Parts: sequence; structure tokens; C-alpha cells
Amino acid sequence: MSGLPSNAYTPDSKLTSALIASGVTFALAFAIMGMKLQGGLSPTLEAASTQTYVLIFTATALVFLFQMTREKISAFFSFIPWPRLPRYSTAHLSQSKRDQREKVVTLLFVIAALIWPFIVSRGTVDLATLVLIYVMLGLGLNIVVGLAGLLDLGYVAFYAVGAYSYALLNQYFGLSFWVCLPIAGLLAASFGFILGFPVLRLRGDYLAIVTLGFGEIIRILLNNWTQLTGGPNGIGGIPKPALFNLEFGRRAKEAGNQPFHEFFGIDYDTGYKVIFLYILAILLVLATLFVIRRLTRMPIGRAWEALREDEIACRSLGLNRTIIKLSAFTLGASFAGFAGAFFSARQGFISPESFSFIESAIILAIVVLGGMGSQLGIILAAVAMTVLPELAREFAEYRMLMFGLMMVLMMIWRPQGLLPMKRPQMELENV
Amino acid sequence: MLQVENLKMQFGGLLAVDGVAFDVGDKQIVSVIGPNGAGKTTVFNCISGFYAPTGGSIKFQGEPIHGQADYRISRLGMVRTFQHVRLFNSMTVVENLLVAQHRHVNTNFFAGLFKTPDYRRREKEAMERAVYWLKKVNLLEHANREAGNLAYGQQRRLEIARCMVTEPKLLMLDEPAAGLNPKETKELDELILSLKEDYNISVLLIEHDMSLVMGISNSIVVINQGRPLALGTPDEIRNNAAVIKAYLGEA
Amino acid sequence: MSESLLYFVQQLLNGLTMGSAYALIAIGYTMVYGIIGMINFAHGEIYMISTYISFIAIAGLMMLGITWLPLLLILALIVAIAVASTFGWAVERVAYRPLRGGNRLIPLISAIGMSIVLQNYVALGQNNRDVAMPQLVKGGWLFGAEQGFEVSLSYMQLMIFVVTLIAMAILTLFISKSRTGRACRAVAQDMKMANLLGIDTNRVISMTFVIGAALAAVAGLLLGLYYGVANPFIGFIAGLKAFTAAVLGGIGSIPGAMLGGLILGTSESMTAAYLSTEYKDVVSFGLLVVILLFRPTGLLGKPEVEKI
Repeated sequence: MSGLPSNAYTPDSKLTSALIASGVTFALAFAIMGMKLQGGLSPTLEAASTQTYVLIFTATALVFLFQMTREKISAFFSFIPWPRLPRYSTAHLSQSKRDQREKVVTLLFVIAALIWPFIVSRGTVDLATLVLIYVMLGLGLNIVVGLAGLLDLGYVAFYAVGAYSYALLNQYFGLSFWVCLPIAGLLAASFGFILGFPVLRLRGDYLAIVTLGFGEIIRILLNNWTQLTGGPNGIGGIPKPALFNLEFGRRAKEAGNQPFHEFFGIDYDTGYKVIFLYILAILLVLATLFVIRRLTRMPIGRAWEALREDEIACRSLGLNRTIIKLSAFTLGASFAGFAGAFFSARQGFISPESFSFIESAIILAIVVLGGMGSQLGIILAAVAMTVLPELAREFAEYRMLMFGLMMVLMMIWRPQGLLPMKRPQMELENV
Repeated sequence: MLQVENLKMQFGGLLAVDGVAFDVGDKQIVSVIGPNGAGKTTVFNCISGFYAPTGGSIKFQGEPIHGQADYRISRLGMVRTFQHVRLFNSMTVVENLLVAQHRHVNTNFFAGLFKTPDYRRREKEAMERAVYWLKKVNLLEHANREAGNLAYGQQRRLEIARCMVTEPKLLMLDEPAAGLNPKETKELDELILSLKEDYNISVLLIEHDMSLVMGISNSIVVINQGRPLALGTPDEIRNNAAVIKAYLGEA
Repeated sequence: MSESLLYFVQQLLNGLTMGSAYALIAIGYTMVYGIIGMINFAHGEIYMISTYISFIAIAGLMMLGITWLPLLLILALIVAIAVASTFGWAVERVAYRPLRGGNRLIPLISAIGMSIVLQNYVALGQNNRDVAMPQLVKGGWLFGAEQGFEVSLSYMQLMIFVVTLIAMAILTLFISKSRTGRACRAVAQDMKMANLLGIDTNRVISMTFVIGAALAAVAGLLLGLYYGVANPFIGFIAGLKAFTAAVLGGIGSIPGAMLGGLILGTSESMTAAYLSTEYKDVVSFGLLVVILLFRPTGLLGKPEVEKI
């Protein structure tokens, strides 16, 4: 409806289009909300509540009014100063100065992020940890989608591989989180490699469906390989990470370890555990940020982007596209593996339900909303995509509806993403 | 340096190139000319490995290369430009030149992560080469702009510079003067000659601008409807009856 | 015929039934992709909504005393097609049209969002548990009992075949003969050029969504009656299957979508019968990967010539 130029309307056609729009609204609302179907051998329809009918008519009237007055409304809105994203230009500075300034700002942020959990509530810290997991996932998928331009709709599969790696290795071999973290990353990377090898020669959208299928396959395997994975019941009792040999439970589970609170002679408090996990997540995210930032300035990162821009030109310059794509796919998968291992440590319980397609969709939405390539944008998008649905928790039944609407509206509102990627500027004077 | 013999390329029932043959010697400029649709770009695509020719042989420095993967052929020292400029548009000018040096730099993941001395040295060399060629094609002041935002003539020059940083032995240019104004064409003329003289490379050229072709070529291959029509020095081609007929008689 | 052959025939019949329904949904994906190069992720939800609407229509008509089966089914089909087309049209207008022309990931995210919206919208309006319908089309042909395995071809299955065939025939005629169909093909070939020639591309794109939704509505009614149950979440997996079928056959190609649907349906029922029900989806996707490796543009997709 916003695709049509509004000046094309005469008052008469404005009325027609308003009538059509409100008619459609009424039909679509009434068809689903108007009557409740009662199934069974002799199915019947029941009238919905009066409240619902009032709602349907209000919606219809609102759409009609909106269509009739949309020019006025948009004129009105153009007067209101919209909150703009902070625009802080550093264009006048040289690259080294800019880097320096960036370092200072990052340091301040990190300090703030480390002090902050001691001030706010435990629930907030826990939510922040979840946000950080999504930041990690978003950054990892950004390598594949944002930088290399490969559409991966099954990223959650690698996340699942990471999560189950830790859960299973711990359950069967008693390996600790710290041993499993690198293994989880490696295993996820190998899955990425094995999947990528045959499919990366496929064109963009074919890759999308194959990766989507792969995500489903992993979920089906986890669901049905009951002897190994516990099937739909999942795996429980996954231990939290320890700080050297200090554990955060009330009692130490492993021989030779000591509970954190006993070591320091303080009272037991689950808050320590939450904050420890949060700080761990911060460190993981920082490491991810560092690696990816470096990658974008490395030959391999440049090659990813070049391949996204023009594959034929890349080939003519001697770049082996299979290896470059594969490296993006594999590295991207490894970050999902790390995030997965951390996720299962944080949750203490995992089941295939946590790794459905919707997770892939959320991570992809974070990348796109973040601005395809911009790290800060991804962090902001991860916050938006995780915290907003959490705020809507009190509208339990509307929650997912609102989440979906948010995805649509955000794409319409900022199709270029929150913060589009900035190109690194290079200094050439003293070369 | 390059020997093409009896090259054939068939697409389904269409024989796009049939029996084309020519040599490119060291430090030579060879032009391929012919009417639109004659199959010139197809010849280029066969040589650079984008198509696997259905017949004939292509040798580069004595080694047969037909049917090899495109990126391998390029690594042997044969790089090309495209009829419709193909730059990495949303990357900066200097990044375009760094990507082209992918095989000269240290692409090891850990070397880059920890900035090993070898990595730093090779990155520095790549940067120096990039700056050198930016100066040469007069684009240094635009180094940090996105390549897609350059003017057309500048994009053409950047594409040539991007080939040159790979330090090729043979440079293949597909209609480099298309869309350039007379002044830019003249600069291009000088640039190509200087590439040959100062950097000891050979140039294989597809071009419609006859004054450019006649002025700089050592020899000229004429193709018509996929078949070789004539081969010789600019003077010979100028006076070749068949060529005149193909260009004028049917035009 | 031997017992094992009869068993095979039964699986083939079941597979082709499912396959023709997949094909109907797959056409919606393939047409939209062919015209605007977008994966319409919300298309599976249109199918789900159609099942609900046809159930609601049937229940309503039965309450009004219309019990003559042919009339009941035809009226339900008309209602389902009308509502589903409106949904298809509205989704394109609201969620995709404002995003046209940019990065192709953006409409994809919007479509995924729309899919979540529609699922939860139905869950809200109708509740999110299974809703069951009585078996309306009863009976069928039975044969082979004396050879050891009784094969059944139910009238419901037969109806699915026949209705699918009719729908496909109408679509093929429409695309090849009508003015709008010609415009569709022109827009699919070259949107800019079609626009310059005076074709209203917006209208053609809307039309594509409407046709796709109408075919999904046919599938919604047929599969709804076949299974006899529905819930708000059946759209995702059906959409995924149909999309796989579209890619298998060569996305953008209408005969490809039909072929892909049939192959997918048959391979699924064979896997379920001979290997394992749990892993039938794994086999389908495996098949897809294998076919794409040998034919990177699907079975009937045109091989792409790289323009250099």
C-alpha cells in the first residue's frame, strides 16, 4: 500500500482504495477470527466473543480512516522529529586516530558491561547472557551471509552440533566445558566443511533450500536417535563451566573441585553463577568480535567480500572460489559451535526443540537488520530481537504474532539495516 | 608466449568459434577484431578458461592449458578485463587491488590473526604494489572510495590496474576503449604501450576503435562469424580485400 | 500380481496422491520465484489457512443444511479460493511490495516474519490444537485381496488426482493462452522491458500471488479432507516440502514444479514404506542434494549460461 505514489489518487479513487483496503481487512479478520470451528464428527461453528467482533470492526474502521487520511498523517509525521540513530562522524580523522578513538570507546563499553551486572537484577543479567549468545550467532552467520553473500537458512544446525557436542561429550566421557568448547567449534566446523563441500557450487537460492533441509535433517536426527541423544526428551544435567577448579553450584560435582563460595568464604548465592556466565559470554563475544574484525582486514576476509561482489572477476584474478566459500562456511559454522557449547552449559538442559528453523530465522533477521556486515549493527539488532519479545512476554499469546510483525515492520522501516557496514579506510601517504 | 591452434567452441548446435588460430609473442600487442557477434569474446573466454573449448589447443609458454580451471590459468600469469567492467563495487579502490594479490599475500588464517612478520611483510608489499599502480593509473586520490562510485573511465583504468598488480605475463583486454572519450582513449593508448615497453608484458586486445588498434598492434587477427578471416600486420590487414569486404561490403 | 508388487503399487498410489498436492503448493513458490526472484516463505501458511477456511466453510454449510456432497465441496472450494487469494494478495501488498528492488534478503526476512504472523494469527483465532473433520468422501476401490495384499485406491485419492489435473490444465491454458498469462511470461523474462511495453507489472505480480494462493487453496481443501485434521503449524513443513519440490523440478518452471512434487511424494511414501517413517524427510532432502549436484538447476530448469 505504501508502494503506490499517493499523488496518483483522486478523491474518488481514494475512497475506492479505502473501501477495498477496509473490505479486505474485514474479510481476512472475519474469516479467521469471526467463527470458532469445533471439530469432530459433526463439526460446528461457534460465534466468537463480542469483544472479538468489536475488535474486527474497529480494525476495519481504522484501516478505512487511515487510507482516507494517509496523506495528512504522513504530512503530520514528517513534522515530528523522529529519534535518529546517533550519527557520529569520524570522517575528518585519520585512520590511526580513528582506531585509537574506537579502542577507547570499546574499552569504556567493556568496563561498563563488566560493572553493570552487579547493579541490576539477576533476571536482567540472565537475559543479557542470552542476548550475547545471539550476538555471537549473528556475528558468525554474518561471515557467511553478510560477508561471503551465501544464503544459509540452516545455521541453527551448527549451533545444535556445538550444543550437543558438549552435552554428549560430558555425559559419555565426563569432559569439562573448557575441553569441549574448542571441540564443539571444531566439530561444527567439520559439519560445515562436509556440507559445504558438495553444495557450495550451487547458485544462491539452491544453497538456501539445501541448508534449510540440512537444518531440518539435523533436528530430525537429534529427535529420532534416541539412544544417543535422548530424542525429544533431550539431555539434562549438563554442568556449568568452572572457573579453574571453582564450581558455581552449592557443592562441587567433580572430584578436586571446590565450590566458589566456600573458597572465598562467602554465602552461597546463585547470582554468582549468573554473573560468571555473563562475564564468560562477554569474553566469548569479545574474542569473536576481535577475530571477525581482524578477518575483514585479512586477505581471506577481503576475498569473501570480493566473491560476494563478483564471482567471475574473482576467478579471473586467480581466486579459487570453492576454497574461499568453504572457508567462510566453515569458520561461520565454528562460531555457531562455540555459541552452542556455551548455550548448553548455560541452560543445563538441551533438546531438539531449541534448534528449530525459527532460530535460524531469528539469527538471519539479526544479520539483515544489523546491516549486513556491520558488527555494531549486529549487536544492536541482537538486543532488539531478543529483548523486545522478552518485554512482550506478558502478552503471552500475542508474543509470537508481535515478533513476526516486528520482523516485517523492521524490514520496511530500515531495509538497509540499523548500521550499514563502513569500509575500512587505509592510509597510503607513508607507504 | 601464447599459441592458439584450430580453436573450436560449440554451444548446442551453434558453432561460435571455428578454427581460430594465432600466436602472441613476447612483448607483443596482438588485437582481435571483427564485427559484433563474430565470437571475439568467446575466444577470450576459452583462453581464460571460463569456457572449456570443444576443440583445438591453447598453449601458454609451451604448456597446454585448454580445459584447465579459470583460476589456475590466471595464476599462470594470464589475466583479463571484461567487456562490461567487473569491479568489486562496494569495496574500496585499494581493496580491489589487494584482493587481486590474493595469491601473493599470506592467506593463512593464523598468520593473519597473530600478524606474523611474514604476514606483515607481504601485506606491506601488496600495499606498496597497489599504491604504485594507483599512481600509474592516476587514481591514488580515490584510493579509499568505493569502486562503484568512480566515473566510468576511472573504473576502466582501475580494472587494468587490478590486472597489473597480479604481475601478469599476458594481459587480455576486452574492449578497453568502449565508452571512453577521445582524450581517455589516447591515454589508454599510451598506457597499453607503456605496459608493453616498461613491464615486458604481452597484450591481447579486443577492440573496435580502429585507430587505437592500428596504432599499437604488432599483429591483428580478424574473425568473422566465428571463423578466422585474416591474420597479419596492421598494414596487411588494412589492405586485405576480404577484411574490407567483411567490414564495408556487408555493413 | 504378487504380494510385494501389490504393496509397491499401494505405496506408489499414496505417493502420487501426496505428490500431486505438493505440486499444487509448489506452483505458488515457483511462479513467484520466476517473476520476482523471491522465496515466498509465507506460502505454506496460505495452504494452512486454506485448510482452516475450507473446514470452517464445510461446518458452516452443514449447519445451514447443505449436505449434498458435491455442492458442499464445490462451495467450500470457492470460499477457500476466495479467502486464500485475498490473503495472498494482501500479504504481497503489505509485506513485500514496499521492499521490492532492494537486497533480496530483505523480502525473505519479511516473508519469514509474515509466516510467523499468519501461524500465530490462526492460532489466536482458532486455538493451536488439532482440529478434526469427519471423513466426507468415503469408500474406494479395493483389489488384490486374493493375491495376499489388498490395495485400496480411495475415492478421496482419486479426487485429489482428478482435481489436481484439472487445476493444472486450467493453469497451463491460462498461462499460455490468456492476455494476463502472456503478461506473466513477459514479466518473468524481463520485468523492465515489460514495464516499458506498458504492462502493469504490479498487477501481474499481484496476479501471481493470487494464482499461487488459489492453487494452495485447492491443495488445502484436498489435503485437509484427506488427513481429516489440521493445526496452525502444518503450513511450515508442507511449505518446506513444496519448496523442495519446486527446486527439485527447477525453480521457475511450472512443469518442473509438477514433476518435482510427484517425485518428492513418491520418494517419501517409498521411504516410509521400505525404510523408516522418521527418516523420510531426511531421504527427501538427500534426494534433493543429489539431484542438484548432477543437475544444478533442477530437473526441468534451464541450464544457466554464464554471461561474461
